[in-house]
Amino acid sequence: MTMTTTLDKRSAATGGRPDAKRRFKPNRSATGYLFVAPFMIVFIALFLVPLVYAAYFSLFREQLVGGNAFVGLDNYARAFGDAALGEGIVRMALYFFIQVPFMLLVALFLALVLDSGLIRLTRTVRLAAFVPYAVPGVIATLMWGFLYGPDYGPLTQVAEGLGLTPPDFLSSDLMLGSLANIVFWEFTGYNMVILYAALRAVPTELYEAAAMDGASPFRIAWNIKIPLLRPALMLTLIFSIIGSFQLFNEPNLLQGLAPDVINSSYTPNLYAFNLAFVGQEYNYAAAVSFVLGAVILAGSYLFILLTNRRSRS
Amino acid sequence: MTAVTLPESSETKRQRRSLGHTKRPSTILTVAALAAAAYFLLPLFWLFVSSTKTTGDLFSTFGLWFAGDFSLFGNISRTLTQEDGVFLQWMGNTLLYAVTAAGGGALLAALAGYGFAKYRFKANRMMFLGVLGAIMVPATALAIPTYLVFSEMGLAGTRWAIILPSLVNPFGLFLMRIYTESAVPDSLIEAARIDGAGEFRIFFQVVLRLLAPGFVTVLLFTLVATWNNYFLPLIMLNDPKLFPITVGLARWQGQAAAGGGATGDLIPLVITGSLLSIIPLVIAFLFLQRYWQSGLVTGSIKQ
Repeated sequence: MTMTTTLDKRSAATGGRPDAKRRFKPNRSATGYLFVAPFMIVFIALFLVPLVYAAYFSLFREQLVGGNAFVGLDNYARAFGDAALGEGIVRMALYFFIQVPFMLLVALFLALVLDSGLIRLTRTVRLAAFVPYAVPGVIATLMWGFLYGPDYGPLTQVAEGLGLTPPDFLSSDLMLGSLANIVFWEFTGYNMVILYAALRAVPTELYEAAAMDGASPFRIAWNIKIPLLRPALMLTLIFSIIGSFQLFNEPNLLQGLAPDVINSSYTPNLYAFNLAFVGQEYNYAAAVSFVLGAVILAGSYLFILLTNRRSRS
Repeated sequence: MTAVTLPESSETKRQRRSLGHTKRPSTILTVAALAAAAYFLLPLFWLFVSSTKTTGDLFSTFGLWFAGDFSLFGNISRTLTQEDGVFLQWMGNTLLYAVTAAGGGALLAALAGYGFAKYRFKANRMMFLGVLGAIMVPATALAIPTYLVFSEMGLAGTRWAIILPSLVNPFGLFLMRIYTESAVPDSLIEAARIDGAGEFRIFFQVVLRLLAPGFVTVLLFTLVATWNNYFLPLIMLNDPKLFPITVGLARWQGQAAAGGGATGDLIPLVITGSLLSIIPLVIAFLFLQRYWQSGLVTGSIKQ
């Protein structure tokens, strides 16, 4: 903030000078626009324009005779009454409550343990947890798909070797958990690194005194470090909300292994994809995309609102 | 704030502290952390083991250990020559998409982040907040709208359909603005101005060097996002010659799953191809650790 205020004063000062001097200097405000212009042009062309165009497109319906007809909000009315879409959204909410708390707790635990210096092989653990982030989701799903395999999958082999009945990871009962595990594998390390980086930025003086007074590492973590991690935890949670509700890659690929369990509307995104590219219902697919986007935005804002209120009281 | 610009100093302070009163490592915590590490490495270990097996051994031997025959190199050469070497083409496409999108996206974000941080102009706040709001809009909710526009313009099915949308990086802009505020002192820009340097010359010759850690962070994360991208190329592209590696491998996997016996031979190729395609990114991340960590600190504490 101090930087911007000084900049402000200075530009006000140059503004007061005679024009002769200014003629040799470029207009700063125009230069500011030049710096942001390339980004803003790309942003408008590839973010705002598609959104506006799709919003417009979602107000039409393809008809057998006469091409596209304007139908107003009919597609949205259909979306709100669409049981397949509703089921998908509820399923993703359930998935969110299974997957995200567990993932963030483990990420938080690993970050605190790595930061505390209470374990050996810190570097190895940190790298092992983060490596999955560099693996594309598609490949992660292919690998786990093989690992889950009921016929020759290693997990089944291990269970059989121990004389247990191997669980069918790809059955309808376990599918949501199996998907949650894949995403857990992919993103725990990423969240851990965000939290760990935030912990490293905390000045040690803040808890050195507590340590001198004999506070245990657990008390320091609970009373000092976790409260300081609030902003970073918020960031990871919001990214997780966005990620959960737009789940696509993992169910899309596992569909090939379990076509009876994962139907075309298993997740809202899978549904939008199938509407557009299998059913050719582009107009309705655009409306479904908007409904999904609105659900995600509403979820994120609701979450921010709730946490802010709680911290204030 | 000092931790943002000088991550090294806090690191050394910490080392001094832990030398001061040495802590006893906890066995329970070490075991728990190592168990977690083993879980994260298990699928990768399985991938490596499996890519050394023949099709027959894949189905008949224990999945988590090597079989008698070591056919890794045979598998690699089969992967590279299948369908006239389409695998290498997919890798090349991925590299092209990822490098252009990451390089272009990071440069746009750095220019704009610097512009928003260091210049006063009328629409500054309004435009910045507008872009910030876009972080919340899920990428895949945008994919179908983008497809609609691109197919209208005849760009769907071309390389541009993958590269152009990946250039938009609102979170990168947010990171670069914050990074500029903490890493580029006004006095330095002022001094360069007094020396008579033009505004863009100042940016490219003085500022960009100071922004390097933040820039590399944005570069890496865009690189990963584009490298991992599946939904967008899946809907945009029809021509297998333009596929990135993700869509290509998913296609082989689909053929293997659908075909059964005759295409069962594709499974070792999916596995070996997966192994080959993750190696570059894993190496890039391991070598550039220092950069992405200091960049992430900036992003997470100023939120």
